[in-house]
Amino acid sequence: MQQLARWLGLGARPPRRALVSRRVQGIPPSGIRKFFDLLSTMEGVISLGVGEPDFTTPWHISEAAIAALGQGYTMYTSNYGLLELRQEVARYLKERYGLAYDPKTEILITTGVSEGIDLAMRAILDPGDEVMCPEPSYVSYMPCVALAGGVFVPIPTREEDDFRVRASALQARATARTRAIMMGYPNNPTGAVMGRGDLFGVAEVAARHSLLVVSDEIYERLVYDEKHTCFASLPGMQERTILLGGFSKSYAMTGWRVGYACARAEIIEAMMKVHQYTMLCAPVMAQMAALEALRTGDKDVEEMRADYDRRRRVMVAGLREIGLPCFEPRGAFYAFPSIKGTGLTSAEFAEKLLFEEKVAAVPGSAFGESGEGYLRCCYATSLGEIEEALARMGRFLRRHKQ
Amino acid sequence: MSNHEILKILEQDARTTPERLATMTGMSAAAAESAIRDAEAEGAIVKYKTVVNWEKAGVQKVWALIEVKIAPQRDRGFDAVAERIYRFPEARSVYLVSGTYDLAVQVVGDTMQEVATFVANKLAPIEGVQGTVTHFLLKRFKEDGDILEGPAPSRRQPYAL
Repeated sequence: MQQLARWLGLGARPPRRALVSRRVQGIPPSGIRKFFDLLSTMEGVISLGVGEPDFTTPWHISEAAIAALGQGYTMYTSNYGLLELRQEVARYLKERYGLAYDPKTEILITTGVSEGIDLAMRAILDPGDEVMCPEPSYVSYMPCVALAGGVFVPIPTREEDDFRVRASALQARATARTRAIMMGYPNNPTGAVMGRGDLFGVAEVAARHSLLVVSDEIYERLVYDEKHTCFASLPGMQERTILLGGFSKSYAMTGWRVGYACARAEIIEAMMKVHQYTMLCAPVMAQMAALEALRTGDKDVEEMRADYDRRRRVMVAGLREIGLPCFEPRGAFYAFPSIKGTGLTSAEFAEKLLFEEKVAAVPGSAFGESGEGYLRCCYATSLGEIEEALARMGRFLRRHKQ
Repeated sequence: MSNHEILKILEQDARTTPERLATMTGMSAAAAESAIRDAEAEGAIVKYKTVVNWEKAGVQKVWALIEVKIAPQRDRGFDAVAERIYRFPEARSVYLVSGTYDLAVQVVGDTMQEVATFVANKLAPIEGVQGTVTHFLLKRFKEDGDILEGPAPSRRQPYAL
């Protein structure tokens, strides 16, 4: 009888363990998850909470993917990605930034920079290795470091510095366990950019402490009034850099999930090892679309960039006009106004704004402690919506004036 | 250059105010206004108008594309005949084209009869017109860069990080 009970799984059980691993439990839930849920129940909301272009993919790019399907491009590609695409990425980086990468060994096609971040962390971190990241930071950096067994070391950046990271701040936090600096400029959520001179400071710290630099340059083409500097193009930095780039923002291709990683062959080989066992390869039709984008999509990028720039000016001027101080964002498609004058926390502000005025924006605290007191407002939305959102926010601010 | 920027914006939305143009381009409102005045004076801005989809307004209209073959005239080429055609308000657009015919004329009217009468009684008899072929439009999908059905619904998630 007892034997039967045990066989049926009844009676005495071994000590219960949690269903979910400690590592995953250790990752805090996304602070803004509840906004997503709230929003789905409301009508008439204007969302400045998006993080992707409002353009659909330029039609010739979509058309290229449709044609590729017609030609039978429905199979796996090389784990590294289509060689033609890697060659095209190499050509692009050479022409634009003077960088020389070997398409056979130094370029890996990924399913977007998101996968690239994960691969980079798993490829270079041993347990306990530290990764310094300027903060406010893109929300994936911390979890990807933690999931790879590393230790996330946030380096706060400040509005006074236009949210650029200071070399001295990196220098002060570098330890014997520091393995890498991971940064994304143009920055999500602040819209900050780092000029060539600023990046030299980072390069010095990297060289002094023998660090790798993971440079997420997904917004490289969305830069206003200045020229983007690719970190790997600084003297001596290419061998230290894992360059992550993609198509989502430049070509309005977020849903295609395709990007690339460039680094020295040993690192790309290691990243490819993880990629081949977890992802196998990026979707072939998306790779064919990316090929078309790189070959003939430059004009589209420039047109979209010019369009974002106009909206950027309207958004920033409008935020300042309704009384929210806002530093001049020179990249990506976010404005990051300060809401400190209201006395509300950024989460309170965002929640009240959503309930009272039906405007959705992301609290700065979602991007780390140093984002507290700010609000991420995406201006990749129609001018009409930007105007209406600003009018509603102005009304909200008058009501909550201290 | 910034002049072109202003024209691009106005081409998309003629109602953009000079103040807004100034904000969007980073120039002063006075500079934007004078750029607009200059463009109007030199004819770079022809006029400001609204794209109307009459079907949506419940009004039926008949559109036709007419191929016109003409004999060029000494000294004036195709211009004299073209002018005699484009002076008619029924002719919505008139182009000189390469290929098997000479003028492409877009005509609009309230009924098919009206368009046919215009072609037979007004256009074809013009001296120098050698022949016409009339194509009635069955459906207008896109006109002058604008899809007449209106924009496709957005598939975008309201929140993303």
